[in-house]
Amino acid sequence: MTNEIKIAGFGGQGVLSMGMTLAYAGVFEGKQVVWMPSYGPEMRGGTANCTVIISNDRISSPIINQFDMAIILNQPSLDKFENTVKPMGQIFYESNNVINPPTREDVSVFEVPAALEAVNLKNAKGMNMIMLGAFLEKNPIVSIDSILKALKKVLPERHHHLISANEKALKRGMELLQNPVLS
Amino acid sequence: MTNRNEGIQCEILDRMDIVWERPPALLDVKMHYCPGCGHSVVHKVLMEVIEELDIQDKTIGIAPVGCAVLAYDYLDIDMQEAAHGRATAVATGIKRVRPDRIVFTYQGDGDLAAIGTAETIHTVNRGEQIVIVFINNGIYGMTGGQMAPTTLPGMKTTTSPDGRDVESQGHPLKIADMIALLPGAYYVTRQSVTSAKGVRKLKKALLSAFQYQIERKPGTSFIEVVSNCPAGWKMTPIEANRWLKEEMLKYYPLGDLKTPDT
Amino acid sequence: MATKLLMKGNEALAEAAIRAGLKAYFGYPITPQSELLEYLVRELPKRGGAILQAESEIASINMVYGAAATGERVMTSTSSPGFSLMQEGISYIACAELPCLLVNVMRGGPGLGTIQPGQCDYFQAVKGGGHGDYRMIVLAPGSVQEMADFVYLGFDLADKYRIPVLILTDGALGQMMEMVEFPEYDIEAHLVDHSSWATTGKKKGSERHIITSLFLDPEILENVNLHLQKKYDTIREKEVRYEAVMTDDADFIVVAYGLSARVSHKAIEMGRQEGMKVGLLRPQTLFPFPSEQLNALADHVNGILVVEMSAGQMVEDVRLSVNGKVPVEFYGRMGGMIPAPEEILNEINRFYSQKLIEETF
Repeated sequence: MTNEIKIAGFGGQGVLSMGMTLAYAGVFEGKQVVWMPSYGPEMRGGTANCTVIISNDRISSPIINQFDMAIILNQPSLDKFENTVKPMGQIFYESNNVINPPTREDVSVFEVPAALEAVNLKNAKGMNMIMLGAFLEKNPIVSIDSILKALKKVLPERHHHLISANEKALKRGMELLQNPVLS
Repeated sequence: MTNRNEGIQCEILDRMDIVWERPPALLDVKMHYCPGCGHSVVHKVLMEVIEELDIQDKTIGIAPVGCAVLAYDYLDIDMQEAAHGRATAVATGIKRVRPDRIVFTYQGDGDLAAIGTAETIHTVNRGEQIVIVFINNGIYGMTGGQMAPTTLPGMKTTTSPDGRDVESQGHPLKIADMIALLPGAYYVTRQSVTSAKGVRKLKKALLSAFQYQIERKPGTSFIEVVSNCPAGWKMTPIEANRWLKEEMLKYYPLGDLKTPDT
Repeated sequence: MATKLLMKGNEALAEAAIRAGLKAYFGYPITPQSELLEYLVRELPKRGGAILQAESEIASINMVYGAAATGERVMTSTSSPGFSLMQEGISYIACAELPCLLVNVMRGGPGLGTIQPGQCDYFQAVKGGGHGDYRMIVLAPGSVQEMADFVYLGFDLADKYRIPVLILTDGALGQMMEMVEFPEYDIEAHLVDHSSWATTGKKKGSERHIITSLFLDPEILENVNLHLQKKYDTIREKEVRYEAVMTDDADFIVVAYGLSARVSHKAIEMGRQEGMKVGLLRPQTLFPFPSEQLNALADHVNGILVVEMSAGQMVEDVRLSVNGKVPVEFYGRMGGMIPAPEEILNEINRFYSQKLIEETF
């Protein structure tokens, strides 16, 4: 079983750290993982994206052009990656930042109002964890426990007090898709 | 190796007769330097200092590219030959990995003040605890007498045949004066080897510089030696020394540029 | 039991260097390898090594030249334009026979190029790069794990042969994260006694040591060269490393290294799913090159495709290796572009359909 995931948005939305957390959780579950970031000037405030591959087997290419799932945090990223999702794949998009929702009919599309929920939780930075929670609700490829363990690795020690807030955000994300708005 | 100096050995009757003696750390081989050249004098003084400070077994010298490229043939210490201009970078590498060693570079003006300017300035600016011996004779000797960064205005060389034209070829670089401005410089001085008195002063300067390194004083010691190049200047050794005093020292006055007290 | 960590290629390389007994690092910032310098600035001083951010790559390599002469384990790292600046110094190091580890995290060129990954410094790496007849051992990791493993191997080979060893990798492998496990490595057991030549101060009563690459007498310099060439022949004989994937029954193989090999691996997996008997040969050493192994494989396959992120550099060595036995095709992307598995599969398909046409008519 291999999951090939694209995560994309603006720099500063926590795109790279979301991918890294997911990848690290995979490590804790004994899976093979790759985390491949976009890098360079586009990181400085522009679009940022990363590829995460989680597999039970050795991963060959870290470079792929087609994905099983995409987690999309802004409009330019949706425009760029909508057509890279495989037929029967999934798109999770953040509804406050994406004005024109995906139009593909051969993939499952999940609208996640993560930005709004993050404000409700008084944790604006937790938007990425709400998206990740929503993603995991539909794809339990790693456990929440592994994600929390991963956060300890990804977050610098001085931010470890934020882990419980992140846990809340993750759970909120999961709840959101327990009664999904399937468009 | 046979002693090439055999033919000129003379009988010593009384130690009082000795006017020149080779320090044992200066190897007993014939040097390739031209007659009258200042390098051999500086080599001798340098090795006297290393002997007097008893640091022969822990000193590493860096030879440049230039006339002194073969300095390691004459100095009985561990030595490394650097690429053109990079001697102070090489010295930095050694000193950083073996701070307990005594490290010096020996460089000419083309090496230190043209191609190696960046390394020179940054090494001193970091205050690397090394000694830089800078031989300034205003010309590229080894490659046959081309203009150096230190060539005086109007001075004729093979690449400034009508004399250095400062408008098109730039001004002589007073790199020691620049070096003295850097906070990493601990001791900067300009000496010469045209007279016995000058040689004694140079030796004193070298002794201080190496002593500072032994005592791990913070910063780099930089010793410029205004030297001659009779072959490159197309003069007899006597003419060269006279010209050095009359012309070179006007532009490069002798004395300390920075001392630990200043 | 060593722990598994998720690390960037650049950081895994840096961590492995410390664990391999790195005593000094000299480097200059350049994307996409600056994490190496940043990681070592944080970690190396705490763990017994010296680190210095130099004023240029030229200074860095000459600091390595000086530090390596003391016989300690030292290294530098850079990316393509910086590696060009280092060539003169590497030539000196090779001639003076000093062990050290160099890293080039390649980006697209020529010129200032791009900071995106490339493989266009192959010629520079394996043919010498600077002036004169010299070689480096060139290791090409294909994963973050190998980014670490080849550091230990690199230092060991450098010490064994008194030769600069280059890890030739690229921006993508440097930036991506994978799991890495650091092996138990007893530094003391691996260190080689260099006291017979290192310049650490002339011992009383013994000969002084001179590190130089200047030999004005042509007869002496020719002998120096013959000695170097003999060493390179020994390395060619003993140190070839490669990985063969599904080559046993293959009638067609892809040859690629580093990131290109990872992508090609996926392409051959896709090809196998479509019933094609396609394999992959991935050189792990680019010098020495697995020429004999390729030549032997050429007896069993109908064709070879070389994939690189360049205009075609390693393909020349592949062609020399198989010496006309089978057609050698090339597929490359340049300028920081990475070939996709589908593109490589297309090239493999092209070969198969051509073969089908030949067999039909």
